[in-house]
Amino acid sequence: MSAPVHAIPVDFERQRAVCAALRAFMPEHGVLFEREDVTPYECDGLSAYRQVPMVVVLPENEEQVCAILETCYALRVPVTARGTGTGLSGGALPLGNGVLLSMAKLMKIVALDPLARTARVQPGVRNLSISEAAAPHGLYYAPDPSSQIACSIGGNVAENSGGVHCLKYGLTVHNVLKLRVATIEGEIIEVGGGGLDAAGYDLLALMTGSEGLLGVVTEITVKLLPRPECAQVVLAAFDDVATAGQAVANVIAAGIIPAGMEMMDQPAILAVEPFVNAGYPTDAAGILLCESDGTREEVADEISRIERIMEDSGAHLVRVSRDESERLRFWAGRKAAFPAVGRLSPDYYCMDGTIPRKRLAEVLRGITEMEKKYELRCANVFHAGDGNLHPLILYDANDRRQLQNAEDFGAEILKLCIDVGGTITGEHGVGVEKIDSMCVQFNSAELETFHALKHAFDEHALLNPGKAVPTLHRCAEFGRMHVHSGAEKFPELPRF
Amino acid sequence: MSDPVTQFADAIRSAADGKRPLNIRGGGSKTFYGNPTIGETLDVTTYRGIIEYEPTELVITARAGTPLADIEAAMREQGQMLGFEPPHFGGNATLGGCIAAGLSGPRRPYAGSARDFVLGLRLLDGRGSDLHFGGQVMKNVAGYDVSRLITGSLGTLGVILEVSLKALPLPPSELTLCREQTQCEALALMNEWAGKPLPITATCHVDGRMYVRLAGATPAVHSALAKLGGETLADGATFWRELRDQRHAFFAGESPLWRVSLPSIAPELQLSGAQLIEWGGALRWLRSDSDAMSIRKAARNGDGHATRFRGGDPRSGAFHPLPSPMLKLHKRVKQAMDPAGIFNPGRLYTDF
Ligand SMILES: Cc1cc2nc3c(=O)[nH]c(=O)nc-3n(C[C@H](O)[C@H](O)[C@H](O)COP(=O)(O)OP(=O)(O)OC[C@H]3O[C@@H](n4cnc5c(N)ncnc54)[C@H](O)[C@@H]3O)c2cc1C
Repeated sequence: MSAPVHAIPVDFERQRAVCAALRAFMPEHGVLFEREDVTPYECDGLSAYRQVPMVVVLPENEEQVCAILETCYALRVPVTARGTGTGLSGGALPLGNGVLLSMAKLMKIVALDPLARTARVQPGVRNLSISEAAAPHGLYYAPDPSSQIACSIGGNVAENSGGVHCLKYGLTVHNVLKLRVATIEGEIIEVGGGGLDAAGYDLLALMTGSEGLLGVVTEITVKLLPRPECAQVVLAAFDDVATAGQAVANVIAAGIIPAGMEMMDQPAILAVEPFVNAGYPTDAAGILLCESDGTREEVADEISRIERIMEDSGAHLVRVSRDESERLRFWAGRKAAFPAVGRLSPDYYCMDGTIPRKRLAEVLRGITEMEKKYELRCANVFHAGDGNLHPLILYDANDRRQLQNAEDFGAEILKLCIDVGGTITGEHGVGVEKIDSMCVQFNSAELETFHALKHAFDEHALLNPGKAVPTLHRCAEFGRMHVHSGAEKFPELPRF
Repeated sequence: MSDPVTQFADAIRSAADGKRPLNIRGGGSKTFYGNPTIGETLDVTTYRGIIEYEPTELVITARAGTPLADIEAAMREQGQMLGFEPPHFGGNATLGGCIAAGLSGPRRPYAGSARDFVLGLRLLDGRGSDLHFGGQVMKNVAGYDVSRLITGSLGTLGVILEVSLKALPLPPSELTLCREQTQCEALALMNEWAGKPLPITATCHVDGRMYVRLAGATPAVHSALAKLGGETLADGATFWRELRDQRHAFFAGESPLWRVSLPSIAPELQLSGAQLIEWGGALRWLRSDSDAMSIRKAARNGDGHATRFRGGDPRSGAFHPLPSPMLKLHKRVKQAMDPAGIFNPGRLYTDF
């Protein structure tokens, strides 16, 4: 975080040439370059990194997107697509010598077919608006990131975003049927299909989560699901987080896939409770929220089993939501966790590692040790069902030492996640933020595969360059600074 | 003797050096699927066994040569299953072949496809490099999703060594209902019911009858049965297993078998020959001597694609032709993973 991309001075001649080429087919208000007009685009949700783009373009339809890409390709200008800028890893961070391609004006729901249970939407459509449009038909779009009122579906596809219900209902990749994608040459390809599969390679899976490095998504066909008849949630409190972790395993062992399974540790509970009065016991070391949804019979059956499992697993308090308003109140605390923690400290840094669930206690102990080492506090919220951990490191960005410590703290958490068999990012993406940690998770042959695939789509590396996949040289440099266990990961590269 | 992985990697490197094709082979249960390929056989069945299975983590990791039946038996013992209900097409089917073919069974529209359940894999690429992608956790967005790209690529991108899959619990109770229904009515009902919160896990229409599998908590299954109506089939499990492995009478005989993938609401296919519908309407099996062109045109017009699954005229490729920008991209992806073009050439498309 402390080392944002170097602010590049604007090359005015280049800027004029690019704007002129774009103005040939774009209306004047769709091409921005004045400092005050482009500054709002200088960062995404990871505001520690900022860079003003050379030019911002705001297309209103697919033809314009294609023409913009064709122009940038001809002029060899790098392009960064942007949805609504809620990303937490700097994926939409602009390039000082590049074009920022805002997809926010493409916000039409093109078609919604209740019988086929699909919606065809433009990329700038907000996640929640799809479910709102589907609601009159008793349908909804399942992936529900906490940012769903603000984030765009195009951004969701680019990040393969998840939500609290994804253990049961899947991530974005499981809920998208077809994409229209503009290539860097400005050509449209369709990946996926009208049915449940398509001929050839699964490029739909490859595009999903590719952080805008392989193409620009111009239309998305998503799957809609019937809204469950009802839902109920169990709130269980534990004296230590290891016991809570075991309770999660016991629920799964009983053959239950809960609709949602979230954990919060005491620092998170203490942050949330005064803020939202969700009814969480503040003396608990950790709480679990475990939701069941489905038909009335299913939910009644599952909730009574979950309740029993929580008690048998050593919960000192178990409560079942009595009605819809109580269910929403239990969830309100979890959903407000980020802003609530944000009130405790001038800044917080949200991490996103995933671990095998059985290693939870060990990882949380490790984080507690790191709190002492870096002299910073950390609150943990956890998508416990699928092992996705969000440690929130509290710091003050105005204090350079704290900023540096927060960054090192974060990197050490990610390394711990890899060491226990997990990954550096479960849903927020690599962006610029975790690019060095990619060198720890992947070896050079694997990184080369990523580069080769990127080259297959974008041979001049014009689409969102510098994000998601580090160059081998960068890793060699990083490795030189962080050699661990004496083993060099990139021995074949010259050290410089 | 060196371990199997070193042997495979050596074989790949020497094949790449000499530009000699390799025909990757698991149990051979799906040799019929796709176009014929050439090359020296690379038998991967020696690399077998379950590496790790943690029921409470909902993950199983096994080597590619492991018989699918062994994996399913180990999971059944723990009250779990592979959610995509993979077809076996023979007792010797392996995990590697299952993932390379990427085929899914009757549960697919309700639980997800083979690629949906793939969490990670280890493979040897065309340079013989040993690569890991994805992992053993449910959520992982570090790097491109290569594991899911490999799924269904029919061995043309690499030699799959190990696969980690998400597990699902076996439903506590299951029953199959059966009703007399025309194809048109069945299509309408399948779509209508899929839009309701009902515990449906498989659907089929064949010979004027519609079959629906209900699964989940016992009270939920019984209340759904009461809601939907129909007689219950005595041996539902056998019906779905035979359908999955194409041992149902519909699949007997020599006439060409086409697999047509369409939007679930697509109207009845106007093509000669018997049809069997699966996947809530999204999969139509067709026994037809009609020419490939007209079958593919009908599929294309319906926003789908058609695979010549078994039999028929081998001069028409097994898979639906790709539009030219897509073909170009496919060749580049192939080039990225297998620069010497040695893995199963032509198996997917004759061009690469
Ligand atoms: C408070 C808060 C809570 C959050 N909670 C969650 C959560 O629960 N789960 C979760 O997964 N995420 C969460 N996020 C992260 C974020 O909301 C998601 O990553 C979201 O998908 C980003 O969408 P966006 O439209 O804001 O994309 P942006 O931030 O604008 O862009 C993200 C990436 O997508 C690329 N991109 C955008 N549009 C396109 C396109 N049309 N074609 C190609 N590439 C494109 C960009 O180049 C960039 O790399 C949260 C964020 C915040 C601020």
